[in-house]
Amino acid sequence: MSGASVLYDVPGPKARTRNLVYSVAGSLAVLALIVFVVLRLNTEGQLAPEVWNIFNNAGVRTNIRDGLLTTLQVFAVAAVLSLVLGVLLAVARLSDHRPVRWVATGFIELFRAVPLLITIYALWVLLLSNRESLGLAGNQPQFWALVIGLTVYNGSVQAEVLRAGINSVPTGQREAAYALGMSKTQVMTTVLIPQAVRAMLPTIISQLVVTLKDTSLGYIITFEELLFTARQMSTNIIVNGNDTYVPFIIVIGAIYVAMCLALSALANWIEQRGRRAKTGIGVATAGEPVTATDAMEVSDAVPDGPAATKD
Amino acid sequence: MNVLLDYLPQFRDGFLGTLAITASSALLALVLGVLIAGFRVSPIPPLRAFGTAWVTVLRNTPLTLLFLVAFFVVPQVLFQGASPYVLATLALGFYTSSFVCEAVRSGINTVPLGQAEAARSLGMTFSQTLGQIVLPQATRTVLPPLSSIFIALTKNSAIAGAFGFGELFNVSKLLNDKGYAIAWIFLWTALAYLIITFAISAVFRLLERRMGVAR
Repeated sequence: MSGASVLYDVPGPKARTRNLVYSVAGSLAVLALIVFVVLRLNTEGQLAPEVWNIFNNAGVRTNIRDGLLTTLQVFAVAAVLSLVLGVLLAVARLSDHRPVRWVATGFIELFRAVPLLITIYALWVLLLSNRESLGLAGNQPQFWALVIGLTVYNGSVQAEVLRAGINSVPTGQREAAYALGMSKTQVMTTVLIPQAVRAMLPTIISQLVVTLKDTSLGYIITFEELLFTARQMSTNIIVNGNDTYVPFIIVIGAIYVAMCLALSALANWIEQRGRRAKTGIGVATAGEPVTATDAMEVSDAVPDGPAATKD
Repeated sequence: MNVLLDYLPQFRDGFLGTLAITASSALLALVLGVLIAGFRVSPIPPLRAFGTAWVTVLRNTPLTLLFLVAFFVVPQVLFQGASPYVLATLALGFYTSSFVCEAVRSGINTVPLGQAEAARSLGMTFSQTLGQIVLPQATRTVLPPLSSIFIALTKNSAIAGAFGFGELFNVSKLLNDKGYAIAWIFLWTALAYLIITFAISAVFRLLERRMGVAR
């Protein structure tokens, strides 16, 4: 944010009055917007105490808790699997054997290019029609469709992030390891991947935030995660002749934003910590990895040291 | 039984639907994103705070939730009877605007300091400096991230199909209900998305080449 102050002079007396006027006008505009929304919601009867009293109901609370736990469960399984898949795909894409490289590249490019929703939907249909032979009961087809879909998509993205990280490790590291007589596997697992993970950790965690947000796609394939549970309850619970979409969406939205903010804060903290340490390997910024779909473009997420050196 | 040939009109409509929703929400996201980026670097504290809040909230909300807001809360607060196209454009455009804003803001930070300093020493105001000196030069560095943001937007537009807007996801749902093999439907839809995303990255590469200036 150091560039911002360059855009305008230090305000003099006249500019200070003008800025004050704009400040007041801007705040009033934002306030007016909020007041308008609140008033409209009030006339629609969405702010009545009875409507919000539903959250005192033990059943509603249990349902929200169960939905939250299901979301976290999907997130945990998909996060672990996507990281494992990401490491495998990154290593395969850097393999010396051409067929292995081709298969990995094809897999990554295909699943990165297709919308996640379409992958999840296709998997859901596939699992539903084969549920007997696979021995899936209840909501397991939805669960696995969501988990596998999230895994293949985020695994492909994590693979690209890791590959960028591995390529950013100075070549001297690899050469020194080979000179010591290490095998290819040893070089990869004990020298390259640890440094790549360390450099890319903020980006990896940012992608995990995306994974967490994308668990809400389970809503569309009728999987009972947080969003779907909330939607179902808001349709079923009628207060004063109104459905209760607004309170549920506000509460669930707050929960999602809080969860994602916590994870993003972790990524930012690690980025700042990495920037302080002077180890020679730059730590990537905590932004979401660039997911351009063409194979020619090596991911832009390559760490280029602290952001300050960019210009 | 070739799904693509049997249902070519549906596929064409779905393809055009995806194009339309992508184009309109990209436009909305671009306008809002540049505006909010201007807010975030402006000398007026409330506007800066508003911009920060906007980006923080929208980036950390699942898109599906935003669609629910657009389809169930917006009709209650603002207007009733809007078409799914308008509501989906709102949800996608608002969500993407936060990413555009961040891309533009980091682009503004890459413009050499001397440019803004020179503009100020000529007596230009903040909006003149930003609009005539800094933003035009930021465009070049903003293009590559913008390209991937729009590709992500294309893929996100699939969610609009689940909310009843006719586009490619909707088509694949429809054909699946008709009993066609999901693998073929999946491959053809994937191909359609690939065409759009490749077109976007080609256009942006062309723009980058046009705007490329040696510095």
